Amino acid sequence: MEPLERYRPIVDDFEAFRAACERPLPSAVRVNTIKATAERVRRALDEADIAYDPVDWHDGLFVLPEDSPGANWPYFHGWVHGQEEVSAVPATVLDPQPGERVWDACAAPGSKTTQLAALMDDDGAVVATDNNLGRISALRTNTERLGATSIAVTHEDARNHSLKPFGGETYDRALVDVPCSCEGTIRKNPDAFEDWSLSHVEGIAGVQKGILKRAVEATAPGGTVVYSTCTFAPEENEAVLDFALEETACELVEYDLPLAHRPGVTEWEDEAYDPSVRTAKRIYPHHNDTGGFFCAKLEVTGE
Amino acid sequence: MSDESTTFTRLPATADEREDPERATRAEVLDFWTERFGVDPETFADYTFWERGAGKLWIYRGDPPSPVDVEGLGMTFLRTRQEHWKPTLEAAQRFGAHATKNVIHLDDEAARAFVAGEDRERDWDGDWGYLIVTHDIAGAVEPIGVGLYVYGELRSQVPKGRRREV
Repeated sequence: MEPLERYRPIVDDFEAFRAACERPLPSAVRVNTIKATAERVRRALDEADIAYDPVDWHDGLFVLPEDSPGANWPYFHGWVHGQEEVSAVPATVLDPQPGERVWDACAAPGSKTTQLAALMDDDGAVVATDNNLGRISALRTNTERLGATSIAVTHEDARNHSLKPFGGETYDRALVDVPCSCEGTIRKNPDAFEDWSLSHVEGIAGVQKGILKRAVEATAPGGTVVYSTCTFAPEENEAVLDFALEETACELVEYDLPLAHRPGVTEWEDEAYDPSVRTAKRIYPHHNDTGGFFCAKLEVTGE
Repeated sequence: MSDESTTFTRLPATADEREDPERATRAEVLDFWTERFGVDPETFADYTFWERGAGKLWIYRGDPPSPVDVEGLGMTFLRTRQEHWKPTLEAAQRFGAHATKNVIHLDDEAARAFVAGEDRERDWDGDWGYLIVTHDIAGAVEPIGVGLYVYGELRSQVPKGRRREV
C-alpha cells in the first residue's frame, strides 16, 4: 500500500511533496570529528577526486553527488561516516556536552550514536542500546572504525532498559530515535512502502510510547530527551508525544532548526493532541531536498 | 541476556592487585606502549582498560564499577596473553600519532597495497615485530593500521573485513 495520499490534508504543496519522494537521494557523509576536521576531510576528498557539496545548515556534512562512501581513504581512516542530512538532526538538537551521561535508546547501526560521542569530544558516557544482535554488530563495527571510546553497548529491549551495569546512574540526556514505519526514507529505500500497513503503524506506535516513557524515567529532572522518527505518520509522532505528556513527567520545549520545517500537527483524523506538540518539527522532502523526518525536544520535569 | 562472553573486567593497576596471574595489568599496558612505540603514558590518563574473554583488551573513556556486563565498552585496543602483544588497527588509528618509534611510513602505492591486505618485501632497519604503519594524507602523516615485520617482509595485519581497494 502507498501511504502518502493520507497526508494530503497536512502537507502543503502536496504534488511537490509526492514528486520529491520519487526522486532518489544522493549519498551524504558526516565528518567524524573524533578523528578529523572538516578541513582535512575536504582535502582528502579532493586528493581522492571525490566530488562533494557542502550543506548550508551543517559544516560537517557533505553530499556526494557521484559516489557512495566506502572504498576511499577518508572512509578507511574513519574520518567520514555515511549519514543522510536529516539523520544528523536529532543529535544536534539533543546537543550533548563533554562529560555528560547520554542514553541512545535505539542505537544501531550507530550513525547518531557516534555523532553524539563526537559532539561530546568522545568525553563522557554514551550508553547505546539495541534489541537486535545483528544490528548491534553493525553498531560495533561503526564505533570501532570511527574510533569512539566513550560508547558502551547494551543488548536489551529499550522499554525495560536497566541502569544497573553502570551503577544505577540516571542520564543527563536521552536520544529516542525509534524504530518506525520509515516512510521518510523512501528516497533512499524504494521498497520502504512495501510492508506499509496501518496496523503496523499502530503496532509500532505502542513500542514507541514504551521507549519514550522509559527514556523520560531514566533521565534526571531538568534533563533533555529528543524524540525522532523518519516517518510522516502522526500516529507515530504527535500521538506518541501526546501520550508522553499525559503519562510521564516531561514537557515539550522550543528549539531552533536551520532547515525548512513545519510545526507538529495538533489534529489528525478524529484525534486532537496537546497544543504544545506544535513545537515538534516536521521535515518534508520537498522543502530541503532531503529525506523526511520528525523531531521533538522534551525537558524532564521530575513530577 | 548475560553470559560470560559479555563480561568486561577492569585491569588491575599493578601485579600486586592481580587475581588472575595471566591477566595484564594497567601498568604493563602503559609500559608496553612506552617501550614498543614511545607513547607517553599520560596519553591514556583519562581511559580505563578492560579484558573481555582471554586476552582481548578494550579501552574505555570512563570508570564504571567492574565487572560490566554489556556488549561493548569503548573500543578494542590490544591483544594480550600471547608472546608478542598486538595493538588493534583501531588503536593504531586512534592513538598511533603519539608513537615515536617502530613506526613505518609508506608511500602512496605501498599504503594502498597494505590496506588491500597485501604482504610486501621491503627494507627496515628497526626491530622486527608489530609496527604502526603510516602514510601521508591531506597534508599530514596519519596512522593506517598495524603491520608485522619479519624476514624482510611487511605483513599487512588489516583484518579481512576492513580491507579495501582505496
